[in-house]
Amino acid sequence: MSLWAERVPALPPAVSRSFNSCSATLMSTPYKAVGLPFNRGHHRFAVLLACWTFLLIIAGALVTSNDAGLSVPDWPTSFGSWYKIPKLVGGVQFEHTHRMIAQGAGLLTIVLAIWTWRVEKRRWMRILGFAALATVIAQGILGGLTVLFYLPPPISSAHAALAQTFFCIAVAMAVFTGQRWVEEQPRVDFDQRRPSLFTLTLLSIFVLYVQLILGAMFRHHGLSWWPHVVHAAVVSFVLAWTAIRALTVYSQIEAVRRSAILMLSLLIAQLCLGFTAFLTRVEWGKDAVQPELPMVISTVAHVAVGALLLATTVVLAIQVWRHAPIAFEERLPEAQRTPSTA
Amino acid sequence: MNRKMCLPMLLMTLSVLLVLAACSKKENTEQSNNMAEQPAQPAAAATPIDPATVATINGTVKFDGPAPKAAKIDMSQDPGCKGTNQAENLVVDHGDLANVFVYVKDGLGNRTFDVPSTPVELEQQGCRYHPHVLGVMAGQTVDIKNADPTTHNIHPTPKDNREWNESQPPSSPAIEKNFAREEIMLPVKCNQHPWMKMYINVVKNPFYAVTDKDGKYEIKGLPPGDYTIAFVQEKLGEQDQKVTVAAKETKTVDQSFKPAAD
Repeated sequence: MSLWAERVPALPPAVSRSFNSCSATLMSTPYKAVGLPFNRGHHRFAVLLACWTFLLIIAGALVTSNDAGLSVPDWPTSFGSWYKIPKLVGGVQFEHTHRMIAQGAGLLTIVLAIWTWRVEKRRWMRILGFAALATVIAQGILGGLTVLFYLPPPISSAHAALAQTFFCIAVAMAVFTGQRWVEEQPRVDFDQRRPSLFTLTLLSIFVLYVQLILGAMFRHHGLSWWPHVVHAAVVSFVLAWTAIRALTVYSQIEAVRRSAILMLSLLIAQLCLGFTAFLTRVEWGKDAVQPELPMVISTVAHVAVGALLLATTVVLAIQVWRHAPIAFEERLPEAQRTPSTA
Repeated sequence: MNRKMCLPMLLMTLSVLLVLAACSKKENTEQSNNMAEQPAQPAAAATPIDPATVATINGTVKFDGPAPKAAKIDMSQDPGCKGTNQAENLVVDHGDLANVFVYVKDGLGNRTFDVPSTPVELEQQGCRYHPHVLGVMAGQTVDIKNADPTTHNIHPTPKDNREWNESQPPSSPAIEKNFAREEIMLPVKCNQHPWMKMYINVVKNPFYAVTDKDGKYEIKGLPPGDYTIAFVQEKLGEQDQKVTVAAKETKTVDQSFKPAAD
């Protein structure tokens, strides 16, 4: 069963009547919930994985900002050992801590994938659980390759981008297993505007991904700083457009409103952090003989807030898809496919 | 296409174009790097040097500007790093510039030289490299020692030689390495202690020196001829001088560097 079918099994007559009578672009009606019992333990575990992954992203950012990526020169072992914890000093404290948190994330993902497989009725959720597992395995391999090939910018940047992809998957699983998602009667307002809000959220995710790759390439010495800085203007425009549309047209839908406000707040915070990171790294830190604390704090915060911004945008896209789907004619009963004549 | 979708499509295209523009610029840089990675030309047979005619070049390298204050290094990340430490990227004392690599860049023709059998030493002590700038002939062994009570890793990041990264615990045997190709100012760093940086200069002839804390250097045993002497400093770049030395001559060749423009 698709997620759409599960949410909107058939368009009720009330909706099509409403479609015809409504001169505005929206229609509103409650729909039945997923129809599954809410599994609190499963949901909490998914939330734990999302939080753990956020911690892992911060740990990874600390490795890069402290220039400690190769302080443990081997992989998959650490200084030749599979289990011994080396003395956590210098760069090793960042790199090995990152590896240990990553191992924890791998274990949590295995448990969540198996748990999801056992308790979930939704087939796509079971697949998502194993997609998360495949992603975390690929992420581990990319992390190893960065060490074995001495931090080549494309691989290190792919490692950074996949980390945030995994974070988004973990957050999405937490949303999909949440009580609201499972038990709530979602309010649906069909979106007839073009571009639709859903299209705008997808565009937001796309430009954020491009921004993430440009930023990662700069951090890993694969590109200059200017593409990331120039593209920040594109990201700001697209995200502001998306947030304003969501807040002006769908402010009555709490899930959309909250996500849009959070996205806009994070965007502002991220722009401020980006400016600070630029100053501390590119302007003031260009001749630094070692990673300086202001640079480390601002760049790590920039990465962390960037991850939150991407995940929030994904959540917004999910909520828009649930509450404000695009009103295609095919979704309406045949007799109602020319709404303007009523 | 729906006209209302034009703006999103335009923004998406703009993003992609920005990535392509940034990548194409990088590719150009990579092409030029690849050009630099071509192997050194094989040298012709060695020409013996008459020890009775050899000349000497010496001199002092000055810094023409106010001496910059060396940045202090915070080594609190590792209790095994003891003592004071400060940046060595520009060491100036009373106008004398230390750690400048001076070598015969051109003028030796196709001469070849025996690679010394004695290794040069690179020591890690006080979480610093000693020396900060090192000269070595291509193929000559470098003995890398760790005198600190903490683990270091040695990570050269060359353009023309092979990259490697090895850790060295305290009291472990010296790591023996050599570099096959000529390369000036090859950076070496320790990823465990990010302030630890030094430079190895790999040359094909034995006519090189590194300026001491008084800015002085001396190159002995040079056959008479016309040469280009290069003075290379990690932050200030390279300056060249044309020099002619006669048999048995001792010539003073001084050089001065101006502060780098920001």
